Amino acid sequence: MPITVALDRNAEDPRPYIERARPTHPSLVDSEHVLADLYHIINVPTVVWIDEEGRMVRPNDSQFGTDTFVQFHGKHSAPFLAAVRAWVREGRGVMPVGQVRAQQLLPSRENQLARAEFTLAWHLHRAGRTQAAERHFLRAGELSPHDWTIRRGSMPIRGINPMGPEFFKLYEEWKAAGAPGYPVGSLEES
Amino acid sequence: MASWTLIDETRETRVEAEAAGGTPLLSPAALRTAFGFELKPEGLCKGDVCFPVRDRSALVRPGGTDLGTFADLLGRPLALDADERFAVLGASPMERAERLASLEAPDFTLPDLAGKLHSLSEQRGKKVLLIAYASW
Repeated sequence: MPITVALDRNAEDPRPYIERARPTHPSLVDSEHVLADLYHIINVPTVVWIDEEGRMVRPNDSQFGTDTFVQFHGKHSAPFLAAVRAWVREGRGVMPVGQVRAQQLLPSRENQLARAEFTLAWHLHRAGRTQAAERHFLRAGELSPHDWTIRRGSMPIRGINPMGPEFFKLYEEWKAAGAPGYPVGSLEES
Repeated sequence: MASWTLIDETRETRVEAEAAGGTPLLSPAALRTAFGFELKPEGLCKGDVCFPVRDRSALVRPGGTDLGTFADLLGRPLALDADERFAVLGASPMERAERLASLEAPDFTLPDLAGKLHSLSEQRGKKVLLIAYASW
């Protein structure tokens, strides 16, 4: 069963995509970044494999269902989709416990303080305190510079085009830092 | 006394509090309302769970419980804006890391477009592919 969760500021932002896709699975909206906090999600899309007993059998991974943005990330969707089918049908691709743990990214103090700063900024913004909110959005980004859910996820709230020049600046900064992300190996290795 | 907006992870409450050095000092009632904690002889308690308090005078000042010391004691991050009188007590990195390392997928409850709530735990017995994405 897929569960999709939009890390968007409200239900209206993902609504056109969801209504077009007409999903039969739970398609949820996480305006408060509850999921990002619980699973230490730092980018989208992030996928996690969870088995019938509720155990994570593959850690957070950046994988894509289509090749629309392959020029930005270089990951094709076909191996991922094949791996998911093999897991669902034949139970293949489940990592041993030690391997999942070794390939998990865990939150640091700075990551969690950044999330608190993001939450503070988001509440201030909705209280109409946009200038104060901006200070805390920036502070959150300084504390957790490679967390896209904070740095790009705050752009629509702050009136910045998330597909515009600010995105490309962020993308170049991320590439220059070595494209930091989840430390999980490739699907082919497991 | 002034009105403070206090956020426990995501839950927002408003309480009246004095401040010292930009940090609010919480009355026992405010501490309970905002964060569900009570100061007992055995320590800072939420339900059955108590955190020992070594230096009670640093935690409890004449005006109330110091929110900064309280956050440090729980190992939780505190984001605070003294001018706006807003503060967020975030989730402990140690608690989050331990939970993830247990490999038990953290349960969550979130709304769909219609506002209907769904939980991960409702899918027990099925494989779940959890996908976080965004329109941005």
